[in-house]
Amino acid sequence: MSFTVLGTGSKLPDTVVTNDDLATFLDTSDEWITTRTGIHRRHVLKQEKLIDLATVAAKNALKNSGVTADELDLILCSTIQGDYVSPAFACVVQKELGATCPAFDVNAGCSGFIYALDVADGYFARGRAKKVLIIAAEAMTRFTNWQDRSTCVLFGDGCGAVVLGEGDDLLSIKITAEGNFEALNIPHTQGNCPYTELDGKESVLHMDGQSVFKFAVSSICRDIKDVTQAAGLTLDDLDYMVLHQANYRIMESAARRLKISMDRVPSIIHETGNMSSACIPIVLDQLNRSGKLVNSRYIALAGFGSGFTTGACVLRCHKF
Amino acid sequence: MTILERLKKVMEEQNVGGDVEITMDTTFEELEIDSLDLVDLTMNCEDEFGIELDPDSAPKTIGELVEKIAELTGEEA
Repeated sequence: MSFTVLGTGSKLPDTVVTNDDLATFLDTSDEWITTRTGIHRRHVLKQEKLIDLATVAAKNALKNSGVTADELDLILCSTIQGDYVSPAFACVVQKELGATCPAFDVNAGCSGFIYALDVADGYFARGRAKKVLIIAAEAMTRFTNWQDRSTCVLFGDGCGAVVLGEGDDLLSIKITAEGNFEALNIPHTQGNCPYTELDGKESVLHMDGQSVFKFAVSSICRDIKDVTQAAGLTLDDLDYMVLHQANYRIMESAARRLKISMDRVPSIIHETGNMSSACIPIVLDQLNRSGKLVNSRYIALAGFGSGFTTGACVLRCHKF
Repeated sequence: MTILERLKKVMEEQNVGGDVEITMDTTFEELEIDSLDLVDLTMNCEDEFGIELDPDSAPKTIGELVEKIAELTGEEA
């Protein structure tokens, strides 16, 4: 027994920041950002907290699935960092929903949503859960170095959520990690311990874009082929390949290598930027609500991120 | 087919370089190939020629890339 997706939800912050807005305080331009990333604008938390978004996304997914909060057996939250270092952000969401089930976070960088699906799969396989809520909630703009024009233009904030129930729609899944923290990291926040003798670094994102590009394209191609084969399918059987939205050129390069046309690779990056692990479930929600899954058969998801981690899976598709 | 001819084919498939005539002396700057294009091209060359290129040795010209490929494949540049 595995799972089926019962419903999806998402929420972006109200404030939209365009490339031209960034060009008012950075040495950059709309043309430079658009050409290199495909990003035109991103949504940024201003007065809202991450929990405000996460609650709306979760409630949308519950409503879409017809499941109530008191039916949930588990809440998993994929996040790099919620509104608190502790407690887990899943517990904060739990309180807002009025749920009483166990709740904890999964941090696997931008691959976190796929990791959370894998964790959920284990709960279903062991018969420990009949209904699971996964929320991917990311406030990347809190960790962005707003003085680094090469990275701060890339990120945005957002939340996506899915409700899972017992079923057999997960056809294959794969997660990997390879122990690399040099190419992409966010140092920890400094406390005020009087004994520490370590020099603290600012808690902002550091990224070697070229290393990440190569890793991303290679891992997408490898993982998509692996999970498609494991599902007993070919790449031609996939109606959609939903990729982590890190950079449009990463998606284009991977699709070209896999010989999958870009009309089968949904993209929201022009509107949202990179929202870490929230990207994939938000794309999934948009596909679902636009009716594009109604006549679809199979969908592959693939994420990659700090760690370096990767995750991919194939889902049998229908309107959730 | 020479390494240069195969490289031109790889670049055509990647859709980089535009209408600029490609010779051994052509620079990537002249071709308006930016850093991400170059990473992409490097990966495509690795696939085409069955080699692994050093990610830190960014070539400036087509000729430098051809010579590196020749060195790794043992073919004539």
